[in-house]
Amino acid sequence: MLEKAAPADDLGRSRRSRRTALWVGGLLVALVASVPVVIGLGPVPIAPSTVAAIVGHHLVGFPTEVTWSASEDSIVRLVRVPRALLGVVVGAALAAAGVVLQTLVRNVLAEPYLLGVTSGASTGAAVVILFGAGAAAGGGALTGSAFLGAVLATGVVFLLAGVRGSVTSVRLLLAGVSVGYVLQAVTSFLIFWSDAPEGARDVLFWLLGSLAQARWSAVAVSAGVAAVSGVVLMAMARRFDAMAIGDETARSLGTDPARLRAWALGVVALLVGAVVAVSGGIGFVGLVVPHVARLCVGGAHRRLLPVAALIGALFLVWADVAARLVFSPRELPLGIVTALVGAPFLILLVRRMRAA
Amino acid sequence: MITAQDIVAGYAGTPVLAGVGLAAGDGAVVGLIGPNGSGKSTLLRTLYAALAPSGGAVLLDGESVAALPGGELARRVAVVAQEHPPELPITVAEMVLLGRSPHRGTFQAYTAADHRIAATALRRVGMREHAERGFATLSGGEKQRVLIARALAQETGHLLLDEPTNHLDIHYQHEILALVRTLGVTTVVVLHDLNLAARYCDELVLLDAGRVARAGPVADVLRPEVLEPVYRVGVRLVEDEECVQLVFRARQPAAAPVAATSSSPATTPSPRTAPRGGTRG
Repeated sequence: MLEKAAPADDLGRSRRSRRTALWVGGLLVALVASVPVVIGLGPVPIAPSTVAAIVGHHLVGFPTEVTWSASEDSIVRLVRVPRALLGVVVGAALAAAGVVLQTLVRNVLAEPYLLGVTSGASTGAAVVILFGAGAAAGGGALTGSAFLGAVLATGVVFLLAGVRGSVTSVRLLLAGVSVGYVLQAVTSFLIFWSDAPEGARDVLFWLLGSLAQARWSAVAVSAGVAAVSGVVLMAMARRFDAMAIGDETARSLGTDPARLRAWALGVVALLVGAVVAVSGGIGFVGLVVPHVARLCVGGAHRRLLPVAALIGALFLVWADVAARLVFSPRELPLGIVTALVGAPFLILLVRRMRAA
Repeated sequence: MITAQDIVAGYAGTPVLAGVGLAAGDGAVVGLIGPNGSGKSTLLRTLYAALAPSGGAVLLDGESVAALPGGELARRVAVVAQEHPPELPITVAEMVLLGRSPHRGTFQAYTAADHRIAATALRRVGMREHAERGFATLSGGEKQRVLIARALAQETGHLLLDEPTNHLDIHYQHEILALVRTLGVTTVVVLHDLNLAARYCDELVLLDAGRVARAGPVADVLRPEVLEPVYRVGVRLVEDEECVQLVFRARQPAAAPVAATSSSPATTPSPRTAPRGGTRG
């Protein structure tokens, strides 16, 4: 009787693919449409059509006639475009990293900063901000020091959690949290110790995250790292599906859970380190966006990773607009905006979860 | 065909198995029985290389499982193990499709054929209508059936089950094992319930404190004189239509029972079995 069902029962494959295609397509369109609008918004408003013309002029030389001012040109070319692109990269990277980490430690509260990446980057940044040769150090030293701090902190977390042996989710969580606390203490101590009066404020601003550091060089480096990481993580996607259920299940389906965890954590650490170094500790994106993406397309990582990345990019680009405009001309740290928007979202999700 | 020879294994210095063997012929259902802590699950884990034995070898159709790459092993052996339910949401369909993952390359998507195979597997365990439900929302019996569907979708010649009837009511206990019997794949199943083992297994391996106490056809293993010292209970055999079933009773302790309960000797679980059980001490 059961055998009589339609022979071509595809378990809703076509419906699911259609749904994913709709989400990916819709989000892509929204993102591509958002970018010129977002670039136009700011203390000096520029129409999206002008933005498109400036970009087109420089990129493909299409509107040959220059109908905009030189200042508009340089604002768009040197400030706003790299800033918007950095927002896309950082948002996508944090969201994808959040998806992977929640899967690897099988904890819905995991987020990219769990590995001590941000606290390490913060300590590295604080060293340069407080004790660097002032203006001479410049953005390069700050970014480099932050990245170094992120990588070193993650290395320590790895060692503590015993990646070489078998790093379980609990050990990883505990190692990440303890390293995070120690580094926070170090950063606070550095602030306390230094005499620079604005130092504390600058460090705080950096800790809360901002895209103000966006330069073409920063965008290029972080976009490159993000693209490579994205490909590697997508290659691991199906293994993540099995990992999400349990180590034993992963093993019985042909994946060595300890090895996958070690490799994936390495990729995520590089990815998060690369974006945190240029943007500071932007919270909540990596925590909330993965949950939103799961509601959209379910838990299969081949669909989840791209959709989460797109949502993260879209979210961060618009959060940055809010950060720039709400107290214009003063700029709000981005982390404040993402937390204010992200936290209610999380509460909403918790309520939904209970109902389900 | 699964063969394990002289397996010595344990966890972090605690030895669990001390030279254990097992053989499951093609298409046979072999039950792994024994008291708590006797090493049933540990032995099962060595069979799919989740645990590397410190001595002995596990052979799958004559090939060492230790030498098989993970993906190849997963195309030959399916496992239904005990694991905490996932915290992250996953649907029934996604869970069963995972069974197809060992058959697909890194960047390859699941094919239409994979989806058909998964759908057929779900239909076989009577869960097709629940494909879109969240795995976490299922009852214990439904979850177990979905995990078996995943193992079916894996299309392996060997199946390992770790207490698949745990937490199931009697209906599902029998339904699951009857289903396993119909599959025709070489199966090793860890069972707590000896009566289920009696009804659904071809052969049994009885473990006791990390050693094989008795192995062979069901009728050779499920004998009172074999089971009583291992399980420390009184055992009586009852002939059912096509197999033997067991009736248990607490062994009367050698020392005197609690003085206050003079009316009933020791703890006799069922008044019906007591008069016919004979005496043992």
